[in-house]
Amino acid sequence: MSKSTLSRRGLLKTGALGTAGLAVPTIFTASSARAFTNAPSGGSVTLGFNVPQTGPYADEGADELRAYELAVEHLNGGGDGGMLNTFSSKALNGVGINGHKVAYVTGDTQTKSDAARASAKSMIEKDGAIMITGGSSSGVAVAVQGLCQEAGVIFMAGLTHSNDTTGKDKKANGFRHFFNAYMSGAALAPVLAKQYGTDRKAYHLTADYTWGWTQEESIMAATEALGWETIEAVKTPLAQTDFSSYIAPVLNSGADVLILNHYGGNMVNSLTNAVQFGLREKVVNGKQFEIVVPLFSRLMARGAGESVKGILGSTNWHWSLQDEGSKAFVQSFGTKYGFPPSQAAHTCYVQTLLYADAVQRAGSFDPCAVVEALEGYEFDGLGNGPTLYRAEDHQCFKDVLVVRGKENPTSEFDLLEVVEITPRAQVEYAPDHPMFSGGALGSCNPGA
Amino acid sequence: MFGLGKRDFTLFLLVAVLAIFAPFILNPFPTDSAMAQFNAGYPDLMQRFVIFGILAIGFNILFGLTGYLSFGHAAFLGVGSYSAVWMFKLLSMNVIPAILLSMIVSGLFAVVIGYVSLRRSGIYFSILTLAFAQMSYNLAYSVLTPITNGETGLQITLDDPRLLGVSATADGGIPVTNLFGLEMRAYETVTMGPWEFQFSVGYYVAAIIMLASFYLSIRIFRSPFGMMLRAIKSNQNRLYYTGLNAKPYTLAAFVISGMYAGLAGGLLACMDPLAGAERMQWTASGEVVLMTILGGAGTLIGPVLGAGFIKYFENIFSKINDQVVHSWVSFLPDGIEDFVVGIIHPFVGKGWHLTLGLMFMAIVIFLPGGLVEGGQRIARRLRKRDGTKTETSTTPAE
Repeated sequence: MSKSTLSRRGLLKTGALGTAGLAVPTIFTASSARAFTNAPSGGSVTLGFNVPQTGPYADEGADELRAYELAVEHLNGGGDGGMLNTFSSKALNGVGINGHKVAYVTGDTQTKSDAARASAKSMIEKDGAIMITGGSSSGVAVAVQGLCQEAGVIFMAGLTHSNDTTGKDKKANGFRHFFNAYMSGAALAPVLAKQYGTDRKAYHLTADYTWGWTQEESIMAATEALGWETIEAVKTPLAQTDFSSYIAPVLNSGADVLILNHYGGNMVNSLTNAVQFGLREKVVNGKQFEIVVPLFSRLMARGAGESVKGILGSTNWHWSLQDEGSKAFVQSFGTKYGFPPSQAAHTCYVQTLLYADAVQRAGSFDPCAVVEALEGYEFDGLGNGPTLYRAEDHQCFKDVLVVRGKENPTSEFDLLEVVEITPRAQVEYAPDHPMFSGGALGSCNPGA
Repeated sequence: MFGLGKRDFTLFLLVAVLAIFAPFILNPFPTDSAMAQFNAGYPDLMQRFVIFGILAIGFNILFGLTGYLSFGHAAFLGVGSYSAVWMFKLLSMNVIPAILLSMIVSGLFAVVIGYVSLRRSGIYFSILTLAFAQMSYNLAYSVLTPITNGETGLQITLDDPRLLGVSATADGGIPVTNLFGLEMRAYETVTMGPWEFQFSVGYYVAAIIMLASFYLSIRIFRSPFGMMLRAIKSNQNRLYYTGLNAKPYTLAAFVISGMYAGLAGGLLACMDPLAGAERMQWTASGEVVLMTILGGAGTLIGPVLGAGFIKYFENIFSKINDQVVHSWVSFLPDGIEDFVVGIIHPFVGKGWHLTLGLMFMAIVIFLPGGLVEGGQRIARRLRKRDGTKTETSTTPAE
């Protein structure tokens, strides 16, 4: 049996001592390891950037992290200031937040609810993070938002497009700048009607989780209102990589539009399969067969290559926008990293600025004060035109872009062209809309 | 004492002392020092240490004693978590009914899976359990979505019924998991000079349950039942020839082990009321096997050490990003600094799996008995040089 000389104590001590050699001498920079408190003391405040660094959304996660680093640099007065110069609120002054220098910690969500929560928990408990932000999946966003509500810190959602994030799973401590599936449907429908007519038969392939379900529901509702008919909606597993067996039945279904409720690697694979099966050359019911990808991003367009040409979809933001805010952001991101930012990077950068600004305006890091400052807040100059953070569900309302895969891209980044900028009024909905009902914000939780 | 032999009692006492003083032991560095990066004494990680310790102790009863290598223990962990969260949703936020239900449900699961899988042994048994676990995982992900909430994970919400509790607290929040009013997430921070120590309620509840599980496991190891299980490992055919039916014993071991896993899953949900399907994935099952082998299969304390080792890497090493590495070596000239960072980079942050893999290889090659064997070797060497304390020993693992 075991001898008691090797204890956990001994093990951890030697483990730590072994690495001590590497770490000495050091200059202590980040991680003010204050446990779980809302008021940062000392000179710095720690933000937690929880993004997927591994797994199917790792590309988005890497871009989000770049945006966060840029935002921290700008908040601390470095770089060219980016969107701080175009932001309608002038509360931020480039000396951190409320006079505290901004430090940050990073974590890997692995696009798994469990891992994301563990990572966020360690940021809150060990590193004393006052705000958690990031993520590229609605499942993760919902899980981490729930954790932040319980722990009493603010959650600024990253890329999450499911209606549930600010619908049935909304939380008082959580905020979303990104648009949602309902808005995609509302923005896309008129364009689809104009381009493809009102007499179409649609076939849906849907990623089988919260985002896919709500997007399918939203697009179905929007297209059926146009007069389209839904032939069938098939759920596909998130881990699926070959969609041939799902595409083949589409050919004989009598449908003349295929709607792919897929994102990231899923969409790249399903679209490629669909194009390989010759769907786009087919003529069904006397009409040209069309493919629609309701949620589009440049990173996905790059992955799918030739296949995206002419495909319609919607997006939160695109780097080719010509307003002052977008130009400033693209400029400083491009200078630092050498290529334009993705929509994931944009929303994460903006969320960080919005949080910092809310703290500055409230004059306090207290989550309840921040919630109050953000609720019903109107702002402009962050790339999407005039925007409202609605108090009832903590969802941002702004213009939505309808985009199309470019026929003749001039560079590897110039893959999408903006077809239409759908005005905010057209994508608004009541807070108690049936697609968003069933949850409650509850009250803000300032923690211990 | 307590029906334990002298050596077992010492071992138990040692584990108890380690568990009680873990907040101090795991926070050896002052909060504001550069080494604070390596502190592991925050509630979430300490809870994980003991909870995965329970999982590994239970796995060891099956694998260490009977030699049956189950590759599907994550299924019981997941089932335990789901049962516990459902208890929070339907009954009350008290952890006791949640833990009881998670053990019962995972026990039933283990009876069914064990009854089928134990008809075969060796690699076939491993594959069968793996198949069952993957089946549970895929069911949780797709068909059983109404029960498991699929990819999003099962969470408690404001409109759950909670028959014996309240749906929402007075100020409109979701109630917190508790033990008769003692909140699991509550903790006390004690500041001693530059050090900060966190004493978490959840951790101590989990630690007490871990000690009880550890005690039970010692008793099983030393009992005639444990002897039977060892006999199965050494030669099952001989048992049959002597007229003994080994199957009830293996099934009992499998169910006990499954209930340990269910207990661990239930406790995970008690500390953080969310259950995700990923808990049942085959990688999670593999992790348990790694923990047990790393620490020392068949030994009492080995699995607990292995669990701590892996969780430490997962949570501490994975958080060392380039920024941190740069700050370590910033005293070097620029070119060399980037070079050194470039060398360290693949081994930290998201590359922590690589470091863990290398360590695992080293331990399996040089210390087939796991960390416990390393400890024994050091102890033996020290005893030989009795009195002449010249050599500063290092743990081979590091």
